[in-house]
Amino acid sequence: MIKTDLLVIGAGPAGLCAAVAAGESGKDVLILERSHTPGGQLVKQTHMFFGSEKQHAATRGFDIASILLDKLNAMSNVRMVTNATVLAAYDDGLWTADILGKYEKIMPQAVVCATGANEKSLAFPGCDLPGVYGAGAVQTLMNQYGVLPAERAVMLGAGNIGLIVSYQLLQAGVKVLAVAEGSARIGGYLVHAAKLRRMGVPIMTAHTVKAAYGKESLEAVTLWALDDKWQGIPGTEITYRADTLCVAVGLSPLSELLWQAGCKMLYVPALGGHVPYRDDNLRTSLPHIFVAGDAAGVEEASSAMVEGTLAGLSAAEYLNAAPADIKERKNDCLSQLAQLRSGHVGERISAGLELARIKEAAGIC
Amino acid sequence: MRINTHPILEFKRGAAVTITFDGKPIEARDNETIAVALHAAGIRNIGRSMNLHRDRGLFCAIGNCSSCMMIVDGVPNVRTCLELCRDGMTVETQHDKGVLA
Ligand SMILES: Cc1cc2nc3c(=O)[nH]c(=O)nc-3n(C[C@H](O)[C@H](O)[C@H](O)COP(=O)(O)OP(=O)(O)OC[C@H]3O[C@@H](n4cnc5c(N)ncnc54)[C@H](O)[C@@H]3O)c2cc1C
Ligand code: FES
Repeated sequence: MIKTDLLVIGAGPAGLCAAVAAGESGKDVLILERSHTPGGQLVKQTHMFFGSEKQHAATRGFDIASILLDKLNAMSNVRMVTNATVLAAYDDGLWTADILGKYEKIMPQAVVCATGANEKSLAFPGCDLPGVYGAGAVQTLMNQYGVLPAERAVMLGAGNIGLIVSYQLLQAGVKVLAVAEGSARIGGYLVHAAKLRRMGVPIMTAHTVKAAYGKESLEAVTLWALDDKWQGIPGTEITYRADTLCVAVGLSPLSELLWQAGCKMLYVPALGGHVPYRDDNLRTSLPHIFVAGDAAGVEEASSAMVEGTLAGLSAAEYLNAAPADIKERKNDCLSQLAQLRSGHVGERISAGLELARIKEAAGIC
Repeated sequence: MRINTHPILEFKRGAAVTITFDGKPIEARDNETIAVALHAAGIRNIGRSMNLHRDRGLFCAIGNCSSCMMIVDGVPNVRTCLELCRDGMTVETQHDKGVLA
């Protein structure tokens, strides 16, 4: 049995920042990461970040990951284990994990769950053909491993992920035939959309996939226009000879472990799916379990980092190891989050967060 | 196909290793996952659906969806998008729920 003060699940931006903040308190921190490399989604993000200096704006995602890892490596009380998947949470506070192929039991005093999110899929004829990928999978293949998915791609979804991955496909030498977006408006930042348009990629709003075809793997994709009730309009079909279809239709929080641990959960569409109730300190309905990043509600990497720091500070406080300036630091996190959540996308997220918020007085049990 | 020149990225390729996929030798690197090495060799059909036996490819590449499960060194249900290549590794298509040898 492994004993630790704090268990951090996941080494993405949220988990790494939580470990840095809690590690500074001197408590023992164990980070378990499923992948063979830490960094979460950051390691495949080649573009510069928005936000402010505190969230490493104008730095590329993969460089942010190595800055955070350097900080952790300098702390002897923080231990990171990769190839380690947390499997389950038990009522008595025990957690289990597959660590390098071995089944292990862990007894932590506190937990920060920073497991990130899962890419959503869509059901359409041919959606299970090899060659139909989550956009994040293609980003992993190209940017982390330097391998192309294939040669001719169609992107589904013009949110930030769809737009950014389309641009990265072009950078890697893949032809992007079209970007289809179901809603009438482009969801992502217009700077990203403009880059694609300048490179001649059509962005078709109010369009979606009708079907994907192929004998053994993807050979063609048919798109069609949608009416204002999101029904396909016969006669508007366009078929592309494509060997790759990337699905970028959103993410849902990977919150199963929290569910299993007994945290009170709520389905919040604006946050991507089921999320735990949490208070302003990112503490769930269970006093020793904290949540941060996409697992708390799908947003982006900048807010995941700030949430990670906040959850790490709160966990240190719970473990009676709060730094002297904890109040100021928490307030700083809260004001950074408020700033990141301004704007029209932020408004929707803030409304979603309000639903899952544990209000001090009311309490949740 | 492996990317050789990229405007922003430089890829640190690991040591060359050989794995076998359904009996065929495949050149791979020790810092890439099995699914990545198969992709680089042009093999995108890696998983199989259990009931209809339809081919499956990568969907998430980070261990969430189970669409890439294969038999690796005799062990079934290995998520090949997470498992790194090792020299001499045998990788086989899995056609059923899997049984431990
Ligand atoms: C394709 C794609 C493109 C994106 N592009 C951008 C962008 O351009 N700009 C931006 O700001 N944001 C972007 N995002 C969003 C951003 O990456 C995420 O919001 C951010 O990474 C969330 O951080 P996180 O730490 O919560 O989760 P993640 O970065 O997903 O990290 C979670 C980590 O937890 C690990 N994990 C999960 N389950 C377990 C378990 N049971 N045991 C152990 N480890 C586990 C995972 O392996 C992973 O490393 C993108 C996301 C995707 C998927
Ligand atoms: S591709 Fe999803 S688990 Fe491997």
